[in-house]
Parts: sequence; structure tokens; C-alpha cells
Amino acid sequence: MSLYHRPVPLLWWLERRSYFVFVLRELSSVFVAWFVVYLLLLINAVSSGPTEYERFLDRSGHWWVVAINLIALGFVLLHAVTWFGLAPKAIVVQLRGRRVQPRLIAAAHYLLWLVLSAVIAWVILL
Amino acid sequence: MADEITLEVARYRPELDTEPVLESYQVPLREHWAVLDGLTYIKDHLDGTLSFRWSCRMGICGSCGMTVNGDPQLTCATFLTDYAPGPIRVEPLRNFPVIRDLVVDISDFMEKLPNVRPWLIRDVDSPLEQGEYLQTPEELDEYKAFSMCINCMLCYSACPVYALEPQFIGPAAIALAQRYNLDSRDEGAEERREVLSSPEGIWACTFVGECSAACPKDVDPAAAIQRYKLTAATQAVKDLLLPRGARRGSR
Repeated sequence: MSLYHRPVPLLWWLERRSYFVFVLRELSSVFVAWFVVYLLLLINAVSSGPTEYERFLDRSGHWWVVAINLIALGFVLLHAVTWFGLAPKAIVVQLRGRRVQPRLIAAAHYLLWLVLSAVIAWVILL
Repeated sequence: MADEITLEVARYRPELDTEPVLESYQVPLREHWAVLDGLTYIKDHLDGTLSFRWSCRMGICGSCGMTVNGDPQLTCATFLTDYAPGPIRVEPLRNFPVIRDLVVDISDFMEKLPNVRPWLIRDVDSPLEQGEYLQTPEELDEYKAFSMCINCMLCYSACPVYALEPQFIGPAAIALAQRYNLDSRDEGAEERREVLSSPEGIWACTFVGECSAACPKDVDPAAAIQRYKLTAATQAVKDLLLPRGARRGSR
């Protein structure tokens, strides 16, 4: 019996919107890693004194660094939003014998995100 | 409304073809006809050699899954009028080897399924005279959605991970394992853990979500997998931190 095996097309990820978003989300990990590296460079610059910090700020002002960071921000937001979309599927909480609504689980994540962002902003700006 | 619609059907006759070819057939466009009725019309009136699987014609048996205009569908529940004026392209389910025309080989799934032990496992079976294992409606609700799986394979057909990594256990098998893990009468979660937590199990899934979108019974296999990821991760931490005696019981 000779079976036919359909080859996976090279551009399979363009066949559906969900496949495309999935590939973008996988790609977003690279930009998450970039932000980690960028943060480490910032910490290194801060700890090396005012001159090094000024130099880091100058470098960060280059149009291409701003462009990379804007693209990275877009990908990191995609990463976070899709992650929060997954959370209610993974986390099933029972409260007084009833299942907590999945959208409440998602809302709790967004709330926590907001609170943590506010705390970090407060630490940095004040 | 036109009184006919064109079905472009993938034909693969291993003795003649090296790959599937599309053949067009004109079938009556009737309001209550599903794609499966169109295929039956072809077989009865136009070309008796066309091969396809079907049984119940009411979305229960899971036999008639095919790719309709690129989407995995149960052809008994997919209506011709929704695709009018056509044409409608009918192909075999993706990600499975094609045996003939619209018939695919699902042995891979059939071999994987028993590995997740999709049956009730008890440490010690209660004596028969004690009667049934009782369960409250709330306990039933815990797993009921996952028990609706009809093994139609639409989720495997929709899953790009399964296409790229055929060793992946797959959405339905994992959902069925969770159907038993979440059953209050079952005590076999530990036995299923090794297979489910393996690289070919839940961790191969990257949450595309198409399995749940394709499922005709609202089983939501993607949710079953994500939920078990949390269970497996929690269990791994417990294994690391707790003494041996206190580890069991995570669902």
C-alpha cells in the first residue's frame, strides 16, 4: 500500500492568521531577550559612573536604537498579551465551589501588570 | 439560488496517482444537504470509485472529518449552502498519510492513545457489591467537556506542531488523559504523568490554539494542555521541595 504524505509547505505559517500570530509570538522571545540584554547594559552603565551613563544615553538616542526598541516593544506587548490570554486556560480556580470566570483571571493578570508597572515607574521617577 | 454546486474533490488512487489530483463534480445544491451528502451523491450517481469514510451522519461518530476549503470540518455538519455559489474544495484531513481519495491513515493516533491510559485507574478496585463509584454533578463538570471528544482528528489536522513534529502526542490524546485525570473516581494521574510531561507531550505544544478552534464538540484541547502544563510544573516543584510521602495528589 503506498500512502501519500503531503509535504508541509515552506510558507505554512502564512496559511492562517493564527499560524502567523503563533510564529510572531515565537519570534517575540528574541525581543524579550534583547530587552534583558538592554537592561543589563543600562545597569552596567549606571554602575560605571556618570560618564558611562551619559554615553549609554547618547547611544540609546540613535535613530536605529530607538527603532529597534520600538519594534521590540511591539513584540514584547504581543508576548505579554498572548501570555495573559493563555493564563485563564491554564489556571482554574475554585472559589466557594464555583469556578472563577476565566475573564476575571485574565483581568487579575492585567491588574497585576498595571500595579507592578506603577511601582517601577514610582521607583524610577521619584 | 443555483440548483447545482461544484465539488472539487481530491482523488488519490495509489495505483494511478503519485499525488492527489482535484476532480470536479456537479452536485445538487439543496438546502439541507451537507458536504457529505454531496459526496454520497457523487458515489451513488457519478463515480462509484470515490472513497471516503462516514457512519452516523450526525456529528457523533467522528468518521467524516475532511478538509473543506482549507479548514478541517466534519463533512456531515458542513452545509453546501454555506459555501454557495462554490466551488467547494474537499480534501483529506491534513497531517495524516492518505490511503485513498479522502481516506486517511490514523494509526499514529491509535498507537499513541493507549500510552496516556485513557481509562479509569484505581489503586484498589472496590468490591462490586459496594455499587457504583458515586460522583456529584460538580465533580462531573470538572471533566465533562473533555469527555465529549469523538476522536475525529480535526484537532490533529489543524495543529502545525503535529505537522512539523509527528512524534507529538497531540491535542485529543492529551485532552482525553485530562478527562481521566480530572475525574474524581480516577487515581491514575501519576501513571499518566511520565508520558504527558515528556518532550513529546504537553511541552511540545506552543499554544497555537487551532485545535480548539477546529473542535466540533467544544472540547478545548488547548485548555487541557495548558492546564496540565501548570499541573506538571507544580508537581515538578513539589518533587524538588517536598519529602516523598507528601508529593501525590496534584491534578
